[in-house]
Amino acid sequence: MSKLIVASVSPGTSVQDIGRFGAQRFGLVPSGAVDRLAMATANALLGNPLFAATIELGPLNSVFTAKGGAVRIALAGALRPVEMAGTPVAVNTTVTLADGESLNIGVARTGSFGYLAIEGGVRGTPMFGSLAVNARAGLGSPYPRPLQAGDELLVPAAGATTEKRIDLPAPIEGQIRVVMGPQDDEFAQECKDLFLGSEWKISATSDRMGYRLEGPAIKHLHGHNIVSDGTVNGSIQVPGNGQPIVLMPDRGTSGGYPKIATVISADLGRFGQMQPGLPFRFKAITMAEAQTAYRAYAELLQSLPGRVHDSNILMLDIKALLQANVAGVAIDATDDATWQTAATDNGQ
Amino acid sequence: MVAVLPPPRLLPSGDAAITVEFSRTIDDNANRRVLALDELVASEALPAVTETVPTYRSLLVHYDPLRIDFDALGAKLMELALKPLPEAKAARRWRIPVAYGGENGIDLEDVAKALNITPDEVVTRHVAGDYKVAMIGFTPGWSYLSGLPDGMQMSRRQNPRLLTPMGTISIGGIQTGIQCIAGPSGWHLLGRTAVRTYQLGRDPTFLLRPGDAVTFTAVDEQTFKEQDRAAEAGEFVAELVTS
Repeated sequence: MSKLIVASVSPGTSVQDIGRFGAQRFGLVPSGAVDRLAMATANALLGNPLFAATIELGPLNSVFTAKGGAVRIALAGALRPVEMAGTPVAVNTTVTLADGESLNIGVARTGSFGYLAIEGGVRGTPMFGSLAVNARAGLGSPYPRPLQAGDELLVPAAGATTEKRIDLPAPIEGQIRVVMGPQDDEFAQECKDLFLGSEWKISATSDRMGYRLEGPAIKHLHGHNIVSDGTVNGSIQVPGNGQPIVLMPDRGTSGGYPKIATVISADLGRFGQMQPGLPFRFKAITMAEAQTAYRAYAELLQSLPGRVHDSNILMLDIKALLQANVAGVAIDATDDATWQTAATDNGQ
Repeated sequence: MVAVLPPPRLLPSGDAAITVEFSRTIDDNANRRVLALDELVASEALPAVTETVPTYRSLLVHYDPLRIDFDALGAKLMELALKPLPEAKAARRWRIPVAYGGENGIDLEDVAKALNITPDEVVTRHVAGDYKVAMIGFTPGWSYLSGLPDGMQMSRRQNPRLLTPMGTISIGGIQTGIQCIAGPSGWHLLGRTAVRTYQLGRDPTFLLRPGDAVTFTAVDEQTFKEQDRAAEAGEFVAELVTS
């Protein structure tokens, strides 16, 4: 066994997988990764099950060090500078840390969360079928709390193998799609129009329980108290001050504020990755459209293992890759010039 | 003549869950229908249904949109919701010990003042109640009980407390609550119980179920402390009166 040592870590970093299901009726929320696509991408690169536990990285710097043997990892999610022994490492590729070597992960430039997968997965004891951290409930393994400097993860020693990259399709851009309801009838039509027609920003006080939005105040027809009912990831509840809160994977399982709309499953990860302060808009779509998007998202997840290829940076045609929109592979994340060019190409 | 049940509303909660809403208010009849539908959905073992969450007035049904769409599942749920209610079964009944007042229930005096009765009378009324677990939600094991006796209803605090202790027994509106883990609360704190409605490593992890009947019994501080040690070691402390 090798170890992956947490030398230093961004706030908001915790072990997350797909989450634990079946106990929401007892008030236990599933938790799990904010961006499932990015989590599954990191796992696919290493040949892990798509929803195996990964380290969900907060937006600031982190350093992980291999000890007692080599450790093979893959990083996906937010684009950020990463280097190992002075050599840049691209997001959306695998890399092997030799014994004693460190992976230095910089501040996220786009997005909020990174996903660090370990070959063979994170070792821990599942609780209700999951390793995902839910600090409030005292759940999560190997540590039932966010990671701290000095923590150690047991990992299988890396075998000798060719490093991998992954060809991802162009990311979905633009408005965050919602299905109206369940309590949109608690709002007058002009307030729903205001909700859908306005620019919103995510507040800096957001966390894995909920993202607070800043924008025009959305008024209720009958006051802001309803009898508590069940919530889902992406529920957009409107408290008394009229500033919506989008419920995230560590939400309460029930809530007493009217929910005007729900972010569709296919856009939840993309929404969760949006940085505080950047403007965005919502767009209402029909249930049929949302469920079509759900199927497309599920197909994309299942396609990930087939998109993994041997990495051979020398043979890469950067221009062709940019045209194919595999930004995470083609871009040297430590080089502002190339990074900004590609980011502009992506309309970000 | 068989009473015709009013149909529930089918509300979309995103693309992977349906809220089956029987009422907009706290209503015992609606809650009975919620729990009856919950049992029916479980007994049908619909493969597309991944999880259900009963609340006071609605059943949230999580499902896999790859296996069924909103309209098809909605039609099935409506069919089940309109079946005649089954005969009421005898519920499991728990007796839950509470240390009222003092440090355990810092709002007892204020509640007494607001209701214009003595603190002892507040306790007398609270233990006289015959309660039902209407729902469990918000945080693990947080049990919302209906059946608060008349003359005890109080609106919630203007300023919710950010941290209230584990085991807190409180009242808010027309409900009383058993809070398991420490956390925020806007309710009025009457006392604490040693009972853990949620405890890792114990079988079962969650003690109460929606539909269970509950009564409270007053214990002194010394008994509370002894029960707290026993509960920490995995004992229920709550007494199962009937099952």
